[in-house]
Amino acid sequence: MSAPTTAEGLLRELAPHVLGALVRRYGHFAAAEDAVQEALLAASVQWPEQGRPGNPAGWLTTVATRRLIDQLRGDESRRRREETDVVVSERLSGAETAAGDDDTLTLLYLCCHPSLSPPSQLALTLRAVGGLTTAEIARAFLVPEATMAQRISRAKQSIKTAGATFRLPPDDERAERLRVVLQVLYLVFNEGYTTSSGDDLHRTDVTDEAIRLTRMLQARLPEDGEVTALLALMLLTDARRDQRTRADGALVPLDEQDRSRWDHELIAESVALLSGVLGRVPLGPYQLQAAIAAVHDEAPSAAETDWQEILGLYELLDRVAPNPMATLNRVVAVAEVHGPDAGLALLASLGSDDRIAGHHRTYAVRAHLLERTGDLTAARADYLEAARRTTSRPEQRHLEARAARL
Amino acid sequence: MKYMLMIYGNEELWSSFPQEEFEKVVTETNALQAELKASGEFVSAYGVGDQVLAKQVTLVDGAPVVTDGPYLEAKEYLGSFDIIDVDSLERALEIAARVPFARLGQVEVRPLMHEAPDNE
Repeated sequence: MSAPTTAEGLLRELAPHVLGALVRRYGHFAAAEDAVQEALLAASVQWPEQGRPGNPAGWLTTVATRRLIDQLRGDESRRRREETDVVVSERLSGAETAAGDDDTLTLLYLCCHPSLSPPSQLALTLRAVGGLTTAEIARAFLVPEATMAQRISRAKQSIKTAGATFRLPPDDERAERLRVVLQVLYLVFNEGYTTSSGDDLHRTDVTDEAIRLTRMLQARLPEDGEVTALLALMLLTDARRDQRTRADGALVPLDEQDRSRWDHELIAESVALLSGVLGRVPLGPYQLQAAIAAVHDEAPSAAETDWQEILGLYELLDRVAPNPMATLNRVVAVAEVHGPDAGLALLASLGSDDRIAGHHRTYAVRAHLLERTGDLTAARADYLEAARRTTSRPEQRHLEARAARL
Repeated sequence: MKYMLMIYGNEELWSSFPQEEFEKVVTETNALQAELKASGEFVSAYGVGDQVLAKQVTLVDGAPVVTDGPYLEAKEYLGSFDIIDVDSLERALEIAARVPFARLGQVEVRPLMHEAPDNE
């Protein structure tokens, strides 16, 4: 990974190290997190004016420590600032980032604590590990800053006990906790993975942030197949980002995208990452999803897609980690391999599953298959029903356009 | 996921219950909103001005023409709305059931459209 060149990039990179160092020394996760945010803010104001300090991590740690001590001791500390400064600089002269890697991991586990709701896990991870400000996170999630501030402060309060000890989760809980961390990172990625036009540029930042955090995690746990596969899955998806929407925000389906303009360097990197783990580690859902994305990304044209391979992978995914969306994708793969009637028959057999019946994507898949059988009237009705049932504006426009074409 | 909780009613309904009951409902509404602010689920809330203040804007040959009132035959109209940002539809429905006005009439719950693809 290349060193960050911008001041903002550097600050985000250092944020978890500084926070980790503070919490390890003083505890008080909630107050320490506030102190680090203040230090990051001070740096973003002072560095451009006064120049970047020789030891940016040391500078941030010193400033954050002062803020933390001010906060914890109140006025008393202001009287003793001189004394405190001496103590702090002595401590800073030691090996600063030796425990940095573990700290970042511990922070990720903490922010993705299973007692928090997913929106809280997302917000806290972006702030404490990602170094984003509350205002930036609020803007990305389109909620008022006060709402986001409250969500973050409440999340910090709920993990007060876990934050006080600041240790990696015990070995027997590690795998399950890592699963939650990966889920949160993938949610962050999906939140941001949207049209890259106009007003939504802020959300593109969120996608980049998810990739950056996952890269960081992968660098620390390179032997974990699912971590590596999640990174590959994000990169394989992101490689198609620019071709996924037109300038006006309209969605472009996979089979109509200009494949020559996908990011082939990113695809090659992802495939290499994935090849490094597949077959060497126990099979998991992210490896299967990344493998499916890789088959799509490596096909020179939509017509040359190896659907037989994709169908096999979806069948495995349905067994390893059954979920309604994977099942619907399996229907599409069945139709590609065995024809639309086979797809429709499989879809009909799923009809009673509550999570599938009534979902807009079920109608969209059926509309697509009906269109291929030539039943255009039924296809049109299903496209329109799907359009009514989605809450995604770009998807709605896309489905309406499909119906209008018939 | 963002949801809009819409409270419908009409003059007859709102003028039919005693002042003290009305004040109780207002107090409870404020308490619920404070709770949603504290949980980080509150986005915004507004009461909607009375129907007598409504204006209709139409275009006649491309030029705007403003007239008073909706004058549409509606038994009930929008009285106020809350926008919340919650984890699930279940949570939105749970909050809707606690809106004090739910006791008097009904609360309509609708998801808000967004620009991201639906991944659920």
